[in-house]
Amino acid sequence: MAFIPHTQQDIAAMLATIGVDSIDQLFDEIPEALRAGILTHVPEEMSEMDVLRLMSDRAASDANVSSFIGAGAYEHHIPSAVWDIATRGEFMTAYTPYQAEASQGTLQLIYEFQSMMTQLTGLDVANASLYDGATALAEAILMAARYNKRFAGKKVLLPRNIHPHYLQTVKTIVAHQGIELAEIDFSATTGQIDLACLAQFKPDDVLAVVIAQPNFFGVMEDVDAMTDWAKSHNALVIGVVNPTSLAALKPPGQWGTEGADIAVGEGQPLGVPVASGGPYFGFMCAKQALVRQMPGRIVGRTTDLDGKEGYTLTLQAREQHIRRGKATSNICTNQGLTVTAATIYLSLLGLEGLKRVANDCVVKTHQLVSELTKLPGVELLFNSPYFHECALRLPVDGHVIQQKMQEKCITPGLNLQPYFPEFGNALLLCVTETKTDADLSCYVDAFKACLK
Amino acid sequence: MTIFDISTTGRRATAQAPLNIANVDDLIPKALQRSQETILPEVSELEVVRHYTRLSQKNFSIDTHFYPLGSCTMKYNPRGAHHAASMPGFKQRHPLAPLVYSQGYLSCIYELQEFIKDVTGMKGVSLTPMAGAQGEFAGVAMIKAYHLSRGDFVRDEIIVPSAAHGTNPATAVMCGFKVKEIPVKSDGDVDLEALKQVVTERTAGIMLTNPSTCGVFERDIETISKMIHKAGGLLYYDGANLNAILGRVKPGDMGFDVMHLNLHKTFATPHGGGGPGSGPVAVGERLLPFLPTPIVGKQHQSEKVTYYWLTEKDIPQSIGRLSAFMGNAGILLRAYAYSLLLGRDGMHEVAEFSTLNANYLLKRLEQAGFKIAYPTRRASHEFLISFSREAKEYKVSAMDVAKRLLDYGFHAPTTYFPLLVPECFLIEPTETESKEIIDAFVEAMINILDEIKSNADIVKKAPHSLPVKRLDDVKAVKELDVRWESGKNS
Repeated sequence: MAFIPHTQQDIAAMLATIGVDSIDQLFDEIPEALRAGILTHVPEEMSEMDVLRLMSDRAASDANVSSFIGAGAYEHHIPSAVWDIATRGEFMTAYTPYQAEASQGTLQLIYEFQSMMTQLTGLDVANASLYDGATALAEAILMAARYNKRFAGKKVLLPRNIHPHYLQTVKTIVAHQGIELAEIDFSATTGQIDLACLAQFKPDDVLAVVIAQPNFFGVMEDVDAMTDWAKSHNALVIGVVNPTSLAALKPPGQWGTEGADIAVGEGQPLGVPVASGGPYFGFMCAKQALVRQMPGRIVGRTTDLDGKEGYTLTLQAREQHIRRGKATSNICTNQGLTVTAATIYLSLLGLEGLKRVANDCVVKTHQLVSELTKLPGVELLFNSPYFHECALRLPVDGHVIQQKMQEKCITPGLNLQPYFPEFGNALLLCVTETKTDADLSCYVDAFKACLK
Repeated sequence: MTIFDISTTGRRATAQAPLNIANVDDLIPKALQRSQETILPEVSELEVVRHYTRLSQKNFSIDTHFYPLGSCTMKYNPRGAHHAASMPGFKQRHPLAPLVYSQGYLSCIYELQEFIKDVTGMKGVSLTPMAGAQGEFAGVAMIKAYHLSRGDFVRDEIIVPSAAHGTNPATAVMCGFKVKEIPVKSDGDVDLEALKQVVTERTAGIMLTNPSTCGVFERDIETISKMIHKAGGLLYYDGANLNAILGRVKPGDMGFDVMHLNLHKTFATPHGGGGPGSGPVAVGERLLPFLPTPIVGKQHQSEKVTYYWLTEKDIPQSIGRLSAFMGNAGILLRAYAYSLLLGRDGMHEVAEFSTLNANYLLKRLEQAGFKIAYPTRRASHEFLISFSREAKEYKVSAMDVAKRLLDYGFHAPTTYFPLLVPECFLIEPTETESKEIIDAFVEAMINILDEIKSNADIVKKAPHSLPVKRLDDVKAVKELDVRWESGKNS
């Protein structure tokens, strides 16, 4: 059933007005040979009750797992009000605010979102969001290349301690623009970017340096030293940051003496469920000088005919629907609904609340790690300070641990073996504020049992 | 009044964070800690709920208004699909969860891949692109990979009709192609003579929307397809208008090699105030090796069916990964639920009734004296009217009419697109609207036409009854104000 309201009388009256005998006749301009007829793989219609039953059963088979995986998607408490309000039809079923006067709700909310993100990152401007953290990084690199038009021969330095999927996404998206990507190694002892690897680059060799804080392993980088190094080489700095961590960590705008130029990241931790990887949203903030190179929608405050304050999409001359082939990006939609959730989330938590969440995650992760590293053969993979994720070396195969702990319905973390085989048996785990002391005890007990 | 303006120092939504603040001074080096106090709002939970509820009430939306935005397919988004996708097991599943905790999710996604193959007549599908524009990127990148894999290095041009969405040329450029634009004839079909001129050994492919953004079915599609294929190029189908032919015409049968779908249009997933969308790509035989990863596979192991991820290892020539995980998963679940609700007959109905509504609305507006851009043609699921006459005689623009429609409680159609029809509206009523709503819209249009003739000022200064009057877009650019700052106020 296609949610069609038409009665037989409606159909007859409408066909009469048009002057045709049947709906089929309305397709008479389509060549006969192209009219497909039947669908074979789409099943017969189902009632809502049956669909809900079917999907409820399927969802249940994936449910009730105590997960300690982070790796780019973080389970946090989401206040009930967040999605109650975000899913109001007025937010959820509106479109891109082309008619500003009829979209003041969405527009003002995005303006507030932009304001919150610039506050968190310590930068001047933010856009209305991008698809996710990985594509936001790709777009940041494209943006750096637009800003520095004479980038030929210069490299974008991508440390191998950023999320491996981000690295892959960047490669796919920037592949066709003549931008040279150089992967740089990290130290096997600290997990941080290896400053020794940077010595090969001379000033003006580098277009931009990407720094993840914290990085994929949860390790915190020496962002001040890295930023100053980049600036001394006339390179732009692109920070990849976790928004929860920004409540506790120095914002990218204050890294080193000059600050990062662009900050991007995955917005999911701000009130969006982990939900199989999406929809999330990528955020992007930058220094004022880069605003005209930004991709995506930007909302500005202005006034109406009566001088009353209002909001509208601005700097649209950057965008594809005006510039076509010369646009800053082909992007048109952002992730409006998840941004709506994040804005409500940030309002409810405030800086104080976000800091409580961040600190709680940090403390609980350290608590679990200190218990685990008491066990024989379990040790920290890196000797650097870490945030709410930690990489551990294991005495047994991470996959085996994962399988054994499944019996207790615990996912102990991400098995690092497929991503970084050079580490041997290794696990990346994350603890958020959602886990109780009892959860941690269960984890430790189940883990111990695996080592026996 | 922004949320920042109602902030009061020391106020909190007390239920929404851990009760105590843990000390991390021993765990985070001092030099890395945040010292600067951020200004985030300090508000109570009730203040937040009230503020954003009130903001929501300033929006037009499908749930509250007729929203005939052309090429955007603003149809009813079934709440059932939303609920189905919001089951706790789906919401809590980590994207990197082991396969044993993923079978429910993966089975839905696998079946959606199969449904999409069916309705598109294609051979393979990747659901990972997160919006139409990313689907386009994936498609054009695959076209490029295909030519390169054959050692065909000279194809550096993509052909795009002048009526195409702006994303088409923007995407071609992102993939490193030059854009060759071709005109559309006065009947809305592509100018075949002009096409002949630009098709060469440098043609990598053509990007087409069919029915086109002129709101008509491209009748010469078979000829175009032969012409491009003969020259060694491939055909890209922009699925923006798939709603018009869903279940009736399969893009694969028209000769297209690759396409994207907009699930937020054709499969009724919510537009969310500008996203999330979802733009799966579907391909014919030739492009199968290049599909973006990951894709969901199905295997039979000793009587048991299991689902698993296909990655770069399985598809070594893939153009690669397009997102951190696998696209907008929750949107895919909604599209899956929508497909189940519709069933195969429902898919046919989508095309039938969206086309019926569009042709009925067109006829009524024509009878009321509006200028139809392509009067000799059948409308697809949308059509174009032009206010060039009113602009000339009364100095009233399409934008003025659009704003006046808001006063009448209707969201405006798409304005000034495609660019080749001056002062135009692209109107798409969709299949879920009733005859009564369409009739009411026609009445409003007739009233506005009367107003233009009797009192044009009321139209030129519209809207009058919305939260704000006409906004100053020029000021928004010249005096750029894109974030709230303490003490700054207008």
